[in-house]
Amino acid sequence: MSRRTIKTWFNSGDPWVWMTAAAVSISVIMVAGLLLLIGVRGLSYFWPADIHQIEYRDDQGRIATVIGEIYDEEQVPAARLRDAGISLPPDQELATRYLIKIGNRELHGLDFRWLLADHMVSDTLPAEVFVAERREWGNFYGYLVGVKQGGRLVDGDAWQALAPRLERARALQDEISRLEKKEIGAINYQLERLRLQRRKLELAGEDTPDKLAEIEVERQQLQQHYQDLQARLNQLYGDIKRDSLVARVADGSEHELPLASIVAVHRPNALSWWQKSGLYLDNLWQFVSGEPREANTEGGIFPAIFGTVMMVIIMSIFVTPFGVVAAVYLREYARQGVLTRLIRIAVNNLAGVPSIVYGVFGLGFFVYFLGGNIDRLFFPEAMPAPTFGTPGILWASLTLAILTLPVVIVATEEGLARIPRNIREGSLALGATKWETLWRTVIPMASPSIMTGLILAVARAAGEVAPLMLVGVVKLAPSLPLDGNFPYLHLDRKFMHLGFHIYDVGFQSPNVEAARPLVYATALLLVVVIILLNVTAIMIRNRLREKYKSLDQ
Amino acid sequence: MAKTSTDSRVLPDADRLIRRRHRRMLLDHLARYGVGVGGVGVIIAITLIFFYLTLVVLPLFKPADMAEVAQYPRPGDATSETLLLSMEEQAEIALRLDRSGKVVFFDVHDGRVLQRHALDVPPDVQITAFAQMEPGAKVLALGLSDGAVLVVKPEYEVSYPDDRRLISPKLTYPLGEEPIALDPAGEPIRVLAVQHSEEGITLVAATDAQLLVSTFESEESLFDDEVSYEQSGASLDLPPHDVRQLLLDGEQRLLYAVTADGKVHAYDVSDKEDPRWLESVQLARGEKLGQVRFQTGTISLLVPTTDGVVTQWFPVRDANNDIHLRKIRRFELGNAPMILAPEHARKAFVAADAQGRVTLVHTTAERIVLQQQVGQQGFVQAAISPRADKLLLETGDGSIHVLDVENKHPEISWSSLWGKVWYENYPEPAYIWQSSSASNDFEPKFSLTPLSFGTLKAAFYAMLLAMPLAILGAIFTAYFMAPKLRQTVKPTIEIMEALPTVILGFLAGLWLAPFLEAHLPGVFSLLVILPLGILLFAFMWTRLPGSLRHRIPEGWQPLLLVPAVLLLSWFAIAVSPLLETTLFDGNMPLWLHERLGIDFDQRNSIVVGLAMGFAVIPTIFSIAEDAIFNVPRHLTTGSLALGATPWQTFTRVVLLTASPGIFSAVMIGLGRAVGETMIVLMATGNTPVMDFSIFQGMRTLSANIAVEMPESEVGSTHYRVLFLAALVLFAFTFVFNTLAELVRQRLRRKYSSL
Repeated sequence: MSRRTIKTWFNSGDPWVWMTAAAVSISVIMVAGLLLLIGVRGLSYFWPADIHQIEYRDDQGRIATVIGEIYDEEQVPAARLRDAGISLPPDQELATRYLIKIGNRELHGLDFRWLLADHMVSDTLPAEVFVAERREWGNFYGYLVGVKQGGRLVDGDAWQALAPRLERARALQDEISRLEKKEIGAINYQLERLRLQRRKLELAGEDTPDKLAEIEVERQQLQQHYQDLQARLNQLYGDIKRDSLVARVADGSEHELPLASIVAVHRPNALSWWQKSGLYLDNLWQFVSGEPREANTEGGIFPAIFGTVMMVIIMSIFVTPFGVVAAVYLREYARQGVLTRLIRIAVNNLAGVPSIVYGVFGLGFFVYFLGGNIDRLFFPEAMPAPTFGTPGILWASLTLAILTLPVVIVATEEGLARIPRNIREGSLALGATKWETLWRTVIPMASPSIMTGLILAVARAAGEVAPLMLVGVVKLAPSLPLDGNFPYLHLDRKFMHLGFHIYDVGFQSPNVEAARPLVYATALLLVVVIILLNVTAIMIRNRLREKYKSLDQ
Repeated sequence: MAKTSTDSRVLPDADRLIRRRHRRMLLDHLARYGVGVGGVGVIIAITLIFFYLTLVVLPLFKPADMAEVAQYPRPGDATSETLLLSMEEQAEIALRLDRSGKVVFFDVHDGRVLQRHALDVPPDVQITAFAQMEPGAKVLALGLSDGAVLVVKPEYEVSYPDDRRLISPKLTYPLGEEPIALDPAGEPIRVLAVQHSEEGITLVAATDAQLLVSTFESEESLFDDEVSYEQSGASLDLPPHDVRQLLLDGEQRLLYAVTADGKVHAYDVSDKEDPRWLESVQLARGEKLGQVRFQTGTISLLVPTTDGVVTQWFPVRDANNDIHLRKIRRFELGNAPMILAPEHARKAFVAADAQGRVTLVHTTAERIVLQQQVGQQGFVQAAISPRADKLLLETGDGSIHVLDVENKHPEISWSSLWGKVWYENYPEPAYIWQSSSASNDFEPKFSLTPLSFGTLKAAFYAMLLAMPLAILGAIFTAYFMAPKLRQTVKPTIEIMEALPTVILGFLAGLWLAPFLEAHLPGVFSLLVILPLGILLFAFMWTRLPGSLRHRIPEGWQPLLLVPAVLLLSWFAIAVSPLLETTLFDGNMPLWLHERLGIDFDQRNSIVVGLAMGFAVIPTIFSIAEDAIFNVPRHLTTGSLALGATPWQTFTRVVLLTASPGIFSAVMIGLGRAVGETMIVLMATGNTPVMDFSIFQGMRTLSANIAVEMPESEVGSTHYRVLFLAALVLFAFTFVFNTLAELVRQRLRRKYSSL
């Protein structure tokens, strides 16, 4: 009986319907799981983690202490561990182990270590233990013993002594980086400009003594200014060294940390949920607005966000007019025949050409051919150092503009095709010329689809990495492409990019394990931006469809 | 504004109206031309990509060219036989050494003598042997009739007085200006070989009585830069009067002695005190053998014979790690005896024969690049400039021909790009991509085969995952799914198409790869557990009482299956460690390696297949879903009305009609998988191996471009080959996409006619 039902069930084809349904479920689970994975890992990066103090039995059977954050937990077959030379009871098949971020890299050489759950004796969350975020060497975990000023211990409560001194060190640090980045950076820029000016005069044969003297005077002034700043900087560097803190680490030894090296100090175990939330938002803000530290593995990603936005804006400036003109030509002016159809197919297919091919084209054509010739014609004074003959933000934007051109053309054409015939005919019947019809009625009506195309183009450009690696992205750009030095917008500069940041930090950094949470956070930011852009585009498109549906009737 | 509105109220002024109409018409015309020019311009700009890529690639296939630019009598002592011609880097100044011991530096363009030197050869002594260090005669050695040897080094100093290049040649003497007595017996030196390195100079000399190996080790003293030498030596056990030629390799380890019977005898001379015989090989019949030369890198021997054939030989390691000299390639260049001049930087040589024919050959590419008749006289000397752009040829009657050579990319041929090539230091012919190396005389290996293979392998594994999931998913979504659910499911999957691949790549490399390695048995068991589990679940669902079953209407099955799939996956992963301990000794990768001999890379094809499959699913899904969804309704309703079950209707009616659309979806998905860069870059080890194993990585064309393009020198062969790879990718995806698009358009017309 039951056999026959199975047979009839199979004959009805129902199982296959279920299999196809399962394919949908699996796809949706994969999509949702991926987003969830990035979301959870990315967002938890900012949450101040508890600091565990764990006592464990080491290989010799002694009790030792580690202080750190629990980073990961996994089940491993005991055989694997035995292969690695760790002794375990013979009947044990599985073992749990924890990855613990112990920080204090200058003491241990490593930030992480694995601990077997079986070896752990106790695990506590002492309220007094602190974590210090530092400018180099990663996090520091320990207990605060005292605060030193000018080499002498400060009396009274150490935490109370620490707060104002940390504040002072931070203010000094801000001042130092302002001087170094802004002021001295500007002077160096000016000096380089003067050198180029002088070389230009020499090349043109106009290097008369008065002109050279003029430049020399200016140069002297800048040098003088530079000396002043340098003196001020030296003084600041002296000031900032004044204070330090003394901390006791897991093995009981005491170490001195200069406050100049510290970004922030927290005692996460002592914080309430509310305080942690505040810290969370603060961390989030630091991440979005801060400069990267330690070969990009810590700190913020502001330059990468800035570079991405900048590139996308320049790209939009190129791609919108050209894309729209091409679409208007194809749809409104070109004779609709086999050729137009072929062109349309070709344009459509260019969207499917691998992006790396565009990168190769951009490198060969824009950078070496166009850029090289621009340098020869307009910047002979900088030779042999290239100005535009090297990858930079302009070439990256242009390359992506070509890459996204098909997207804009296709979307605009679709928009133009959707506009009902009677609207055009009405306009023409009232005596408007073709151009007036286009300019006053058709294009304004099609503008939402142009917008859709542009948004899709921006979303694609923001996520594209492969071509950018060839035409202008770098792992660390010394200065932003937009700054206070004339002519403010430096199209020849190299820039940082969110997508490349992910690739670089995740795969080329020396300390991948420590950088991983940051990569997740960056990925989350990129995904959120791109999904928002796409959802916007889809919503605009859907609203438009509804609108024209009603117009047609 | 106000003015125009008042104007429009009064009767139109005819003049103004006409002017205005003219202006409007003009604007209309301008717009027409403006948009026309702009539109055509943009379209041309897009097609520029194709033309530009082709433009960069074309020089690879341009044939070489050679043209005579000057001819003059040999400079210096015209009566004395030329021992050597050579040129410096810029090919402006050349050197000629003759048998009377005179050296002249002369201008390459017109033969004007710039400097004359007479070497310190005693008056009653003749030069009886001559050797040069390959390639490019950087060090010369002259063997004298009194058993002494003189070592000379030509040097060229480049300076830029007044921003103009000035090259000043000079001669230096690494072992002193006086000849060094090598043979204590004072017998004339008949045959000589020389090698120079930082450790010192090794000379191998043969007199009629003995064969001598001498090393002059340089000892840099602490106090001055002067280099002093210390001599040590040993002799070989070979009948010395038979020796016709001696060749010593660049590492001063292997010595080849060519004897009159056409054999070559290889010796290991790494211990100069105690040379060791390795083997003797017959190169050619003794009387046919010409002057043997080293190819650059001093690994290969180029052996010309008098019947116009050149063979290439190099030592190959066998299974016991012993090396044997093997004949690798054979070039038939005519039927006359010839002299060879190896290029300095590339694995190529020039052959000039006794009938005035000049041939350019690249050995790795197995390609006769150019053969050209230059005059009617036979040649006795040939020299090629270090950059291989000038050729000096001396004819038997003592005149020198200067040729400009345009031969930029000889290393490219069909066989070097796609075939198996036997490279130096390799035990057998192989497909290898290795474009650059630190050493100068490196043999570039430009086989696109492993890269194309890697590309197809990655695409194959991606499609293996994506095709079933995407097509089956599309079938359900388009045909069986409740419309309400479809409205959310479709955009959800489609939005993944916009997800940056760098994120997928990063997750694949940093999360998925270690995860898979740790749960390998679980992942494989998923392949069985998932389908069986789902069928079981479905069957049990049909057994449920109707009251419960009917709460979920038809078309909502995926929702039901979500918890089932999650549970099954969790189960598979959870039992993974258990499976691993019971079946695979607790470590599956190790087990694979030890029991089956399968190597396991952490970043392997499974990772790529999963990640790239994920990237391709939305593409295929979206297009296939459209194709199925747009099948006209009356076809299906007709079939259902005739009593077919929904599944029968689907397989016999809908699938048949929509299959071209599904096909085009697969094509477009394949195009995307082939060109995808970031995922493969991050999720594989990027090693160009030819191995279809699912546990190994690969390197694809696109990832290769991303890795190597920034470092390649503009205009070099490497640069152009990378452009060729890009062009191949471009053409491949373009053709596939166009095909798919044409299929879709035909389908659309078919639907509208139904």
